[in-house]
Amino acid sequence: MRHLITPLDFTVEELEKLFDLANDIENNKAKYAHACDGKILATCFYEPSTRTRLSFESAMLQLGGHVLGFSDAGSSSAAKGESVSDTIRMISAYTDICAMRHPKEGSAMVASQAASIPVINAGDGGHQHPTQTLTDLLTIRSLKGRLNNFTIGLCGDLKFGRTVHSLIKALTRYDNIKFVFVSPEELKVPDYIIEILKEKNIPFEEVIRLEDVMPTLDLLYMTRVQRERFFNEEDYIRLKDFYVLDKAKMTLAKDDMLVLHPLPRVNEISVEIDQDPRAAYFRQGQYGVYVRMALILTLLELV
Amino acid sequence: MLNVGRIEKGFVLDHIPAGKSMSIYHHLQLDKLDCTVAMIMNAKSNKMGAKDLLKVECDLENINLDVLAVIDHNITVNVIKDGEIVEKKELILPKEVKNVFKCKNPRCITSIEQELPHIFVLSDGNKQVYRCKYCEEKFDARSFF
Repeated sequence: MRHLITPLDFTVEELEKLFDLANDIENNKAKYAHACDGKILATCFYEPSTRTRLSFESAMLQLGGHVLGFSDAGSSSAAKGESVSDTIRMISAYTDICAMRHPKEGSAMVASQAASIPVINAGDGGHQHPTQTLTDLLTIRSLKGRLNNFTIGLCGDLKFGRTVHSLIKALTRYDNIKFVFVSPEELKVPDYIIEILKEKNIPFEEVIRLEDVMPTLDLLYMTRVQRERFFNEEDYIRLKDFYVLDKAKMTLAKDDMLVLHPLPRVNEISVEIDQDPRAAYFRQGQYGVYVRMALILTLLELV
Repeated sequence: MLNVGRIEKGFVLDHIPAGKSMSIYHHLQLDKLDCTVAMIMNAKSNKMGAKDLLKVECDLENINLDVLAVIDHNITVNVIKDGEIVEKKELILPKEVKNVFKCKNPRCITSIEQELPHIFVLSDGNKQVYRCKYCEEKFDARSFF
């Protein structure tokens, strides 16, 4: 039985198969409309989420399966003090596969150790968010035609942004990738990520001004400064509008640069660039459903 | 010169950096064992200048050698039988340690799930850096002890 806890749980070859399947689903939806007949997906969300939870639910429903779950810790037995391990043991008895989001780092790993069904990490605090990474990789592969040979800029909250950590780890397995980290001093990439890049001799640079590096980028991954990751409200207010991607900055970018964002955005991407053909973040959301459909089928061993 | 008598059966921890023996005594939980312990501090050493020693009169299996290796894998462990050294144990930095130190990341799942063991995995042997198995929080063993 397989789980998806970190973006490195699947080999590059396994990911290629997953993305091929996702693209086949995109082009032949009817073929998969009953692939999960009789199967149940549990969505255990201890933290608020709109698109991740709904994209999981949409994925399972489009495969012909059913969905049950909860969308905040207050409506689950966690409010009574039940452990993650005990909860997942019970969920295993009710369903066939579980997508779990929890505010504590490492919670999905703990769940997978106690579960008798596949567990998908749908975000564990500021740590990992592997299905967002699969979404990002599928989007890049589908729109750029490759997952190697590019310079990617990651901008905003690189300290607490779990999507960023997961994406960097996943991209270290592809050839000729250069990372440009754009963040204020307080929100820099954690040292364990830097250690990984140094160990693998992967080129990277850390800058504060986005404008300085825009012309060099093939991809720009924007992130939101997340209020829920701060213990101190003052720090959040000071840093939340540090970066705003607008038309003026986009004029500095290459014609074929893609702008990605895990969404939701707040102020970091101006709505004035939504119509720019380089803005790929809404298409990214659609790929998120296809890749989750492919993942559910793969983990349930239905392909 | 201070003389401490030899032990008949047990082990001697030699080449402990001067001043560290009390910390090792506590981390190995020697105070919880029903045995005689002699602590020699600041002894002269050709190799180290000054060193500490611990002489412990009990079986080596009563202590967690992983803890000792994490504290300092250069410490020499001499196993004593009938008053003689019968074995010198080499300490190897363990790949994984369980419940030796606690994860201090307030966002880690171990902070709320009380029954979970605190497991750390070696991520850099040269720098003795461990990372929490669950949240990957860094733990620098050298600065801890």
